[in-house]
Amino acid sequence: MKRFILIIPIIVFIIIIAVLSVMTLQTKEGRNPSIVPSALLGKEAPNIELPMLARNIPGGFKGSDLVGRVNIVNVFSSWCVPCLAEHPQISWLATNGFPIYAINHRDNVSDASNWLKKHGNPYFAVGFDPEGRASLEWGVGGVPETFIINASGIITYKHIGPITKEILKEKILPKLHEAKR
Amino acid sequence: MIPEIGLFVLFLALIIAAIQAVVPMVGAVRQDVYLMALGNRLAVIQFFLVTISFTSLIYAFVISDFSLLIVYNNSHSLKPLLYKISGVWGNHEGSMLLWVLILSMFGAALAIWGKNISPTLKARVLSVQSMIGVAFLAFILFTSNPFLRLNPVPSDGRGLNPVLQDPGLAFHPPLLYLGYVGYSMAFSFAVAALIEGKIDDKWGRWVRPWALAAWVFLTAGIALGSWWAYYELGWGGWWFWDPVENASFIPWLLGTALLHSSVVVEKREGFKNWTVLLAILTFSMSLLGTFLVRSGILTSVHTFATDPERGLFILLILFVTIGGALGLFAIRAPIIKNNFKFAPVSRESALLYNNLFLTIGCAIVLLGTLYPLFLEFASNGESKVSIGPPYFNITFLPIMIPLVAAIAVGPMLSWKRGVIGALYVKLLFAAGSCLITIFIVLILVPEGPTLAACSMGLAAWIAAGCLIEWASRIRLFNSKSITNTGRLIKSSKSANGMTLAHLGIAILIVGITGASAWQKEITTSMAIGETIKVNDYSLTLKKVQIGKGPNYNLERGTFSLIKSNNSAIIMHPERRYFPVARQATTEAAIKTTLLADFYLVIGESRDTIDNKNEWTVRFYINPMMFWLWLGVATMVLGGLLSLSDRRRGISIPVRKKA
Repeated sequence: MKRFILIIPIIVFIIIIAVLSVMTLQTKEGRNPSIVPSALLGKEAPNIELPMLARNIPGGFKGSDLVGRVNIVNVFSSWCVPCLAEHPQISWLATNGFPIYAINHRDNVSDASNWLKKHGNPYFAVGFDPEGRASLEWGVGGVPETFIINASGIITYKHIGPITKEILKEKILPKLHEAKR
Repeated sequence: MIPEIGLFVLFLALIIAAIQAVVPMVGAVRQDVYLMALGNRLAVIQFFLVTISFTSLIYAFVISDFSLLIVYNNSHSLKPLLYKISGVWGNHEGSMLLWVLILSMFGAALAIWGKNISPTLKARVLSVQSMIGVAFLAFILFTSNPFLRLNPVPSDGRGLNPVLQDPGLAFHPPLLYLGYVGYSMAFSFAVAALIEGKIDDKWGRWVRPWALAAWVFLTAGIALGSWWAYYELGWGGWWFWDPVENASFIPWLLGTALLHSSVVVEKREGFKNWTVLLAILTFSMSLLGTFLVRSGILTSVHTFATDPERGLFILLILFVTIGGALGLFAIRAPIIKNNFKFAPVSRESALLYNNLFLTIGCAIVLLGTLYPLFLEFASNGESKVSIGPPYFNITFLPIMIPLVAAIAVGPMLSWKRGVIGALYVKLLFAAGSCLITIFIVLILVPEGPTLAACSMGLAAWIAAGCLIEWASRIRLFNSKSITNTGRLIKSSKSANGMTLAHLGIAILIVGITGASAWQKEITTSMAIGETIKVNDYSLTLKKVQIGKGPNYNLERGTFSLIKSNNSAIIMHPERRYFPVARQATTEAAIKTTLLADFYLVIGESRDTIDNKNEWTVRFYINPMMFWLWLGVATMVLGGLLSLSDRRRGISIPVRKKA
């Protein structure tokens, strides 16, 4: 019995080392330790109301609009370079039948309108959030971020950073199909 | 040329360390006096060589020798001299070299000052210490060579991370490392004792000064880091339960337990196996801390220069050193006999209680720190969580309350068999101080949480208990008062050090309670001339100037803070932009008074709709902050006082028959 107690420390120690080595190996191979998923995952989308950006741009929406079908919410700003990088993928999603709502994060009316005019407006509706208040409710840490919301208005997935072609194929599309079930 | 010398002597140090790891141990087995004595010389030579290597690296930074990769990456010719020097350890390679420097310094210190220690034990300790040295020297030479050259030589460096360009970096990492690495001595003593198969009261007396020195350094290092984060990060807080902070706090908790349990070994020859285990675990937590900071597998606000590849090497060292030590413990511990008894109410019980709670507290912090990694591992990367202050506040603080409350009682109990009845009057007095304090705080701060008042009462209970114990130890109230001064002078410094350190805890609790329970925070945006009101204070933004520092541009706000009808305090928070690093830092303006810190941060400016300029402003009132730092300083002073006790280390007093 006493012998057994004396080997407990080394057993616990070996388990800790094993887990730490696996995690270190994964970090070496590109695991990003700083990405923590939203606390909102599995919860209802925040029901904050976002005003429209400008008269000629469809928009203004609130959390309760996001029910009845699978929706995507994308956070973007005109000043954000990675947002431009993911724009083709966002547009592809829109033309392939996924309605995308946008939160225009800490932007101003003229810059955002010009950006949408110049690069095309794939969004079903754009909500204007110049002070970042809605972004706060949505737990947005930076732009771009993308949420998937299922038909009952529950957030099922959150992606931080730009959606590249690979991420679209490997993460976003599977998660969209999952959300449909 | 000089960097090549630095590299060469580092190789020599590795060879010397390898010899030192083997020769004294062989000497101890063969009882060969000459081989054992050789360990002393080798330890000093090793330290000397690493010092030369470290000095040559400092030299390269001071003269801005950009032909060295490390200098190019971490320095810049325009940087002030202090930051050129502290840049040496503001990066991975240099900080590991500092680590080894301190490791060999402790070895040399034992070789020089540890004259009274039995030669076989000392030889074994030096040998074990040098085994750790071999591992880390090899690690530096084969994976993190600080003396790598660049060709062609760049014209200027890339600069040090602006957050690190602060006097804090000059002192915080060296102190923290002195603490972390200081526990290597306790570890080496523990392993040497296991090899020797003998642990007695002398072993307890020999290991204690090293454990105490490491504790003093670690306490000061953590406090300095906390203070640095407080004024540099500009978040108004001083402790964030961040993984890297926890990584230094975990060994502190175990090291504090070690400090207390080794007393029992020294005085009563009890808790032997447990103390040895604590010594091993404390150092393993120090190594774990080094690993967590260096590997970058956890997110932290304090992690700079991480590298998972090297993290794996540290993990390997950790595995071999600690795995080996714990394996040795499992095999050898059964032969170490504990033959001592004590009553349920006694000093031994009090120290057991202390160890129990400190260990549980440590386990809670360790669990909270590693849990996100374990969950991610178990769920194959699907679930990620971050564990923050709410977890630690709910789990850790309740464990600490019974622990610190016992500080008032523990030192009053006598060894073997204490009588609680004899303490009745003393404890009644302490309880009275506690109740009066709660009452006063409730009247003075009627809006504050009742818990805060109770916490202040707890501080009063501890302080009163400590002072009463101290007074009765030097017989302050004894009728023959003439002898009192004599008694005070004669009474042991180590006991007075203990009282002082415990008083420090009471003061620290006052600070923590005030700064967390009564903190006020306002975040707003202000235009020039605008005034906001917080409690009785009004804060006005007077102007914002643009200027230049040695290697940055700055925006400097001028605010005036007025309390009802008193004179105004002028505060100057700054926002600095470092063009070389393309990074901005905030310099909070902090006005410290005895009762509260006023803490002001100026953020980014932006245009409003009507084209006015507005700045984001965060203003905090942190009550009792001064007491927080004073409390830690008192603890450190207590440790130093106890360390200065002449009876430690130099000569072994004859053991009193109990």
